[in-house]
Amino acid sequence: MLQPDDIRRLCRLARLDVSDAEIADVSAKLSSIVAMVDQLQAVDTASVTPMAHPLDRPQRLRSDVVTDADRHELYQRNAASVERDLYLVPKVIE
Amino acid sequence: MHTRTLAQLSADLRARRLSATELTKHYLERIARHDTTLNAFITVTREQALAAAAAADKRLANGTATSLTGLPLAHKDIFCTAGVKTSCGSRMLDNFVAPYDATVVERLNAAGVVTLGKTNMDEFAMGSSNETSFYGPVKNPWDHALVPGGSSGGSAAAVASRIVPAATGTDTGGSIRQPAALTGITGIKPTYGRVSRYGMIAFASSLDQAGVLTQTAEDAALLLEAMAGFDERDSTSLDEPVPQYSKIVNEPWGRITIGVPESFFDKGLDADNAQTLRAALKDFEKLGATLKPIELDYIHLSVPAYYVVAPAEASSNLSRFDGVRFGHRSAAKPNDDLLAFYMRNRGEGFGAEVKRRILTGTYVLSAGYFDAYYVQAQKVRKLVSDDFARAFRDVDFVAGPTTPSPAFGLGQKTSDPIEMYLNDIYTIGANLAGLPAMTLPCGFVRGLPVGLQLVAPPLHEAQLLKAGHHFQRATDWHSRVPASYA
Repeated sequence: MLQPDDIRRLCRLARLDVSDAEIADVSAKLSSIVAMVDQLQAVDTASVTPMAHPLDRPQRLRSDVVTDADRHELYQRNAASVERDLYLVPKVIE
Repeated sequence: MHTRTLAQLSADLRARRLSATELTKHYLERIARHDTTLNAFITVTREQALAAAAAADKRLANGTATSLTGLPLAHKDIFCTAGVKTSCGSRMLDNFVAPYDATVVERLNAAGVVTLGKTNMDEFAMGSSNETSFYGPVKNPWDHALVPGGSSGGSAAAVASRIVPAATGTDTGGSIRQPAALTGITGIKPTYGRVSRYGMIAFASSLDQAGVLTQTAEDAALLLEAMAGFDERDSTSLDEPVPQYSKIVNEPWGRITIGVPESFFDKGLDADNAQTLRAALKDFEKLGATLKPIELDYIHLSVPAYYVVAPAEASSNLSRFDGVRFGHRSAAKPNDDLLAFYMRNRGEGFGAEVKRRILTGTYVLSAGYFDAYYVQAQKVRKLVSDDFARAFRDVDFVAGPTTPSPAFGLGQKTSDPIEMYLNDIYTIGANLAGLPAMTLPCGFVRGLPVGLQLVAPPLHEAQLLKAGHHFQRATDWHSRVPASYA
């Protein structure tokens, strides 16, 4: 059973605010999900190779060259706060 | 007009019995009339649609039209559409106007389709009832007290009510097939990598695949032919030629063996659904198919494996939404640090189910749990995939239910995530194994539609569509429309 402190730790790792009012519900539901996926532990997989890609094909690579045009003005139209082509965020360095 | 299929409308347009503008206006009127009830659309692009219809009419007049030119459709709001709001059903992207088109959208636009708008969906495609959408639930056109399924619930309800003739969707664990089944339409999830994921907002990158929700398998063939194929902008796109699906569906279908996993018909399946599905399989037998009982030894573990792999990938994919370059930024501006800023933007921007999945993913990927959960789930995924590969040595398709029961009530399963997750018990296997799968309307239970699912080996979409088309030439379940939308 996941405890409220476990949830707070996960929230910090996931950069996700969950209010104190929500914590009990989140920990109950997350615990039931973890209990459900725990069924996997009973399977003997000692000789099985993990499957990372559904069709078992190698990752295609391209040359390391810039292919995108500079479209920052268009992209920055979706930003909440921009000044002199820069995205504004709370101060990080003193 | 609205009970005609894409294939029929395409013939009407090219014979000039009907103009693209007339057709577009007709559907825009139907949307205006019915969507206040259904809530199938997040955005209706009326002006763009009329402009695209006028352009289509020019192409139809000057001989540069394709078989799709002038046909209206709607896109699930997970596909980026340049200059149009692309919300993914989330408050996080409520203010997001896509700066470019997804490859799927680009290819259909080039073929001359007319986009009527963007359809409602579960937030970030995480849900099986369309109830996690920031824009409210979609109603099932067969009974407005019921859910249409999800996550492509808006696309499914729109096609089932014939307020659009067809729509795109995406399927990570059943998100095309489950809502298509619950609303009585046809839905296909192609092979993983068959259709480009570029510009399709990512949920679980090793499972996500785009497809279509249509009235018929023939219509699905028509659309998929234009959507599928290699795209260098998607690193997992398959570099394989695209067969002429719309031609192949009409070919004779030879000797077909259909594998039926008996475990699919156990107590987890509604007894009336089971009876309806058995009758549909008998119809396939009458059409010349041979039925063969098979076993899929690990399929019962597909739901737990999925609920490790999918949330793990989602927690990583959704880390990009932080409110800096785009997306929701909290109005609160306390003088605090970057960590609190991120947490607030994300805490406000995401709904409860998305938060649960991010946290589940974070948990299974965190130090000390990675091998026990994530690696173990990838191994079980391999076992599920091997089960299908073994089955396909003897059979052409694996058939079974698409859903455990007909559509359920709004609010009926929202309090228990596990009960909701079990809705995808029959569909998730094809995603884990990357296989193409299709649902076909095959009957009614208590007045509600039931879907039969066919799963095929990799890249066998043509065979699936052909089987669907032959079944639909012999049955009429696919042409049933809810009385209030007929």
